[in-house]
Amino acid sequence: MLHDRDRIFTNLYGLHDWGLEGARKRGAWDGTKALLEKGRDGIINEIKASGLRGRGGAGFPTGLKWSFMPKTSADGRPSYLVVNADESEPGTCKDREILRHDPHLLVEGCLVAGFAMGASAGYIYVRGEFIRERERLQAAIDQAYEARLIGKNNIHGYDFELYVHHGAGAYICGEETALLESLEGKKGMPRLKPPFPANVGLYGCPTTVNNVESIAVGPTILRRGASWFSSIGRPNNTGTKLFCISGHVEKPCNVEEEMGIPLRELIDRHAGGVRGGWDNLLAVIPGGSSVRCLPADLCNDLPMDFDSLMKLKSGLGTAAVIVMDKSTDIVRAIARISYFYRHESCGQCTPCREGTGWMWRVVSRMAEGRAHKREIDMLLEVSKQVEGHTICALGDAAAWPIQGLITHFRHEIEKRIDEYAGRPDDEGVRDPDTVAEAAE
Amino acid sequence: MAVRRLAPAEKQPKEFAFTAENLDWAKGQIAKYPEGRQASAVIPLLWRAQEQAGGWVPQKAIEHVAALLGMPTIRVLEVATFYTMFNLEPVGRHHVQLCGTTPCVLRGADALKKVCKEKIGDEHHVSADGTFSWVEVECLGACVNAPMAQINYDYYEDLTPENFSRLLDDLAAGREVKTGPQIDRQFSAPVGGPTTLTGEVGTGGPAPAKEPALADADAKRPGEAANVRDEGTPKPPVGDGSKRRKTTRRE
Repeated sequence: MLHDRDRIFTNLYGLHDWGLEGARKRGAWDGTKALLEKGRDGIINEIKASGLRGRGGAGFPTGLKWSFMPKTSADGRPSYLVVNADESEPGTCKDREILRHDPHLLVEGCLVAGFAMGASAGYIYVRGEFIRERERLQAAIDQAYEARLIGKNNIHGYDFELYVHHGAGAYICGEETALLESLEGKKGMPRLKPPFPANVGLYGCPTTVNNVESIAVGPTILRRGASWFSSIGRPNNTGTKLFCISGHVEKPCNVEEEMGIPLRELIDRHAGGVRGGWDNLLAVIPGGSSVRCLPADLCNDLPMDFDSLMKLKSGLGTAAVIVMDKSTDIVRAIARISYFYRHESCGQCTPCREGTGWMWRVVSRMAEGRAHKREIDMLLEVSKQVEGHTICALGDAAAWPIQGLITHFRHEIEKRIDEYAGRPDDEGVRDPDTVAEAAE
Repeated sequence: MAVRRLAPAEKQPKEFAFTAENLDWAKGQIAKYPEGRQASAVIPLLWRAQEQAGGWVPQKAIEHVAALLGMPTIRVLEVATFYTMFNLEPVGRHHVQLCGTTPCVLRGADALKKVCKEKIGDEHHVSADGTFSWVEVECLGACVNAPMAQINYDYYEDLTPENFSRLLDDLAAGREVKTGPQIDRQFSAPVGGPTTLTGEVGTGGPAPAKEPALADADAKRPGEAANVRDEGTPKPPVGDGSKRRKTTRRE
């Protein structure tokens, strides 16, 4: 288990002062000037060596991402840092805790990351619903300006402006290019890549979009050294991570733990165990609603990291563990997730706009049992046609929960169909083919 | 995708303009963005307009914001209809946004929906006295405190049908209410107290030497996978895929 001294977010539960003084006491803003003196390459190499992978879901190496930014501006375009605080993935509530309880870690991280990528300004895009969190973050930024930690002619010798921007309720704005569109005052519709934001991003300028957690851990990694961070966790999956454990556990909570902690240990130690005991576990969605669910028999010795979960065709995503016990109607639970994607699809790409609605309607019928068994395969095939055929990953994210359901719980859907067909008052489910013939 | 339309003409006010105070504030917002990029301020300005208009965005407000930012009205209309936090119809004084996504459903959001129906009435309708309106929204990002609802600016977490209906009564009567978790709990910490961070606050100094988690020295260096872009090989276009599948079937 991770020791308290190795935790980065020491005010995760808001037990202490969130302000500048309290944050300084906990180690923030300590020798930031010395960190910047390592130089741009020095910082990027240190972050690369720490093995930090992006905490927003995809797990792309953060140091490498920073290194894509142009070293010098040939055409006079400024560079921008954009922080993605549009946390909307169902199950995830970690960035909120950073924004409201440890905002100075983020502000300091923005300065350091902004310096490392040569950005002149940073924008933090907070989801619209986080109104109080946004106020708290703005207050922290104001404190930092007042203490001349950021801004023009600050004590660190690198001019850097930091602004808070907010959305207004659109899940899709968590996608990096949609976020940039939204920041430019448009509808949040993702852009085609390439060009990647590192070349053409916000206002057509080089931009890097990072998750709140990836930015907030930066200064601590630099202060304590890459070897400290990389000594925690497992190879290629290093460091600490905020886990959000929700659903059918005794005590749902957020907790910072080491990467690769076994799922069972995570749940038993911090969340008081699965409701009704470990044997009562039905399934787990290990990384926010977008990843495939895993049935209980795969969860016994499951390390919670990017690579282990990828092997099981699921994913760590945002490390939002949604636990479901045996009382759960799993088909209905996944159908509700399908509804979520139908609601949040931006409507730009046809496979996603039409597919999410279609998949939701079919899987909802299956939740009642009002379907044919061969429609299960049809649903799977359609989900494969949505996956990978859209501009952004929302199409994939809508397809994966359904694919996970069919892979692991096909028997449950079939049982439901049988039960429905066996009802004495049943008139039978009309076969779509016969209906079509009759119509002709 | 949600289809969202403006309120019917009879509900629309005749005119809308920012108050002097809000106009000043708006200018401050526009100054946050580089010159010529004032369109970036559209969401904050619409949000302020919604606040001024009593919780919803009338058509005149959209036109006002467009004029202020020098944007075509249609672009602002697009934004107002795309983002779901902009209410396009009048709402109650306390606008309840009840989270109905899976993590909240697992913890009993359906029971809260019943409370809303009993106490407030149908979704998307303002109660007769104008106190309440409610909608089911998608994940609000407080899943470890599920089920939860947002009422105006504040989150109310760890709800049960009992404490939720008490909360609604208190709001209606104008009594002081507690925001955040409605049970005895420290924000997102486990009920009964945190399992971590129980000692003194760290000083941030150098960490005490720690045994490496892995004996293999190589593990400390990022592996090869850390240096490749994990985008995968592009998939073939749809046409190719389906053709190939069909051929296989015929064989």
